[in-house]
Amino acid sequence: MAKLPAYTTTGERIWHYTYLLICVLIFLFLIAPILVIIPLSFNAENYFSFTKEMLSFDPEGYSLRHYDRILTHGMANPDIPRDSVWWKDAWANAQWIHAAKNSVIIGVLATILATLLGTVAALGLSRPEMPFRRLIMGLLISPMIVPLIITATGLFFFYSKTGLAHTFPGIIMAHATLGIPFVIITVTATLVGFDHSLTRAALNLGASPVTVFREITLPLILPGVISGALFAFVTSFDEVVVVLFVAAYDQQTIPRQMWNGIREQISPTILAVATILVIFSIILLTTVELLRRRSERLRGISPA
Amino acid sequence: MSAIDIEQNNQVLTAADGTPLRTALARATRRAKWRAFGLVLPLLLFVIVTFAVPIGQMLVNSFHNTAFSDNMPTLSAYLSENDISGVPDEAAFEALVTDLRLARENKTIGKVATRMNYEFSGSRSQFTGAARKAKKLEPPYKEALIKLDKDWEDPLLWNIMKRAANPVGASFYLAALDMEYDETGSIVRVPEKSRVYVPLFIRTLLLSGLIAGICLILAFPVAHLLATLPLRYSNLLMIFVLLPFWTSLLVRTTSWITLLQSQGVFNDLLVASGVINDDGRFQLMYNQAGTIIAMTHILLPFMVLPMYSVMKTIPPTYVRAARSLGASSWTAFWKVYFPQTIPGIGAGILLVFILAVGYYITPALVGGSSGQLISNEIARHMLSSLNWSLAAALGSVLLFIIILLYWLYDRLIGIDNMKLG
Repeated sequence: MAKLPAYTTTGERIWHYTYLLICVLIFLFLIAPILVIIPLSFNAENYFSFTKEMLSFDPEGYSLRHYDRILTHGMANPDIPRDSVWWKDAWANAQWIHAAKNSVIIGVLATILATLLGTVAALGLSRPEMPFRRLIMGLLISPMIVPLIITATGLFFFYSKTGLAHTFPGIIMAHATLGIPFVIITVTATLVGFDHSLTRAALNLGASPVTVFREITLPLILPGVISGALFAFVTSFDEVVVVLFVAAYDQQTIPRQMWNGIREQISPTILAVATILVIFSIILLTTVELLRRRSERLRGISPA
Repeated sequence: MSAIDIEQNNQVLTAADGTPLRTALARATRRAKWRAFGLVLPLLLFVIVTFAVPIGQMLVNSFHNTAFSDNMPTLSAYLSENDISGVPDEAAFEALVTDLRLARENKTIGKVATRMNYEFSGSRSQFTGAARKAKKLEPPYKEALIKLDKDWEDPLLWNIMKRAANPVGASFYLAALDMEYDETGSIVRVPEKSRVYVPLFIRTLLLSGLIAGICLILAFPVAHLLATLPLRYSNLLMIFVLLPFWTSLLVRTTSWITLLQSQGVFNDLLVASGVINDDGRFQLMYNQAGTIIAMTHILLPFMVLPMYSVMKTIPPTYVRAARSLGASSWTAFWKVYFPQTIPGIGAGILLVFILAVGYYITPALVGGSSGQLISNEIARHMLSSLNWSLAAALGSVLLFIIILLYWLYDRLIGIDNMKLG
């Protein structure tokens, strides 16, 4: 923390430390709820608060049973010895694994679709000669602004007419649409200050437009593309409203399974799943942060 | 463009192939325009199909409902051809019985009965019952039907049927705005105790405003701190803002349920420290407080990030100059620093407000009954009460509000200036 200047009065000094305290409290408000579920997920009891054993750091108070339950929930024979048969059973029948598989399939395909279309469009949108730029940009960003419930209602009507309801392509297309604004925003942000003389120089030296894109443009905008893709993936991975409206009953995804779990009877298994997801988001955040720094370094923006 | 050869001696400048330079330039610009547009086109088509068309479909559904006109064709034709007022004569009843028999045969009477029940409560059993007995009814049908159920001579029901005979109508919008047609066909507000949606819209807007306000108060000091600290500290502290942003919505909602439910960590802490006794546990979940707390937490990063990016650009020298010219620290803040943060505040408030107005998941999980927003009512009509046209009408009203705010955002801040992280 920077030192206070010598002319600070006592009152200002008190205010300054109060202000710092307020900031600490707000940071606590932001982060504590997310961190508090991590220890709670190791609770040995079916209980949502810290037990006496947990507070005294008694090993008895902690267990992995809620994590175990993620695997065994929905299995045909969860009690047999844990050999290859057991694991095969878990892979085939455990509900959370089934949901995770669906989430990953939907998320990856939606991300690929959104990133491909979004990156190409962002290249067009950041050209100065693009006609109706503002209007088109407004339309392409609007899936982020329009409430999910409205999008989901519209998709429900549209999909039930076109036969896309209860199909994976339907969900994937919907999720791609929701991820596109993030790809557009991040890629256009990297294209701001993009030095177009580089591409012109390459063209001048006889490179074909495809080569220019592959060798010059793509490496420079790649950090933006990847973080846009990660945003799109997280959007799909976290999306539940559209899935609730257009997916079939057996098309469970992780957020949908959590939603059902919280609505019916919240069990500590949810906390274990939530902990895994928090770790997942920490990894994603780190990746995006590193990419952002790399991008700034590449473009020579950051003072480092 | 690269091969333009300018002939100095000629009056008209020409390109290498002999075309006038002006034409060549226009052609090149046009081509560049098309090239840029061609890059955007695939995505534009994709978004139109998967987003614009579905929303258009929802708008259509809000005023277009064929449940009655398709399944009661004879009566619908009769009602649209003849201008009747009140209870009609035998001919209409004959058409009604023909259609009831038809609908019974095609098993579509349920659709008709449900459609009528939206506007005339109790008419579901009246229609299904009449259809069941329609085969045995003898003329005169008017008396026979009225003998079955005296509601058949209610002029209000016939007014509703006359309107339903036309698939296009505003009756669902009226319902979404707590209004209805009276006996004479003029539009009136429904009785005070059955007004549901307008109060819900107002509650949604008020709660969103409140949440945006709380977010502003919480975000201002944090954004200011992040913007004034040296980069190596602020990058570290930024994690506190970005981690919630990247964490699943359902995870954050789960956390708040765990923390704030009456047997949760927060209440346990207060009981253990003796602030409250075991009977006095705070009820912070499953009511409006739950919605406000959880949504404030979830939307706070959306307020901090735009404010941070604006505050980052304010040179610290301005405040120092004000101080050296004799301003008190409050005056320097209020007259010099604060006015410069207003673009960030505007962007943050609008963004949080827009996102809050359409929130569904969090209120549904932590809001109880007093913390529900308009989205929850739309979902209820879509998923359980199955009154899709009303859901579409409520959605259209909500969409209208959002578009208005979005337009405002674009005018004031510009959507191209939206930043993430």
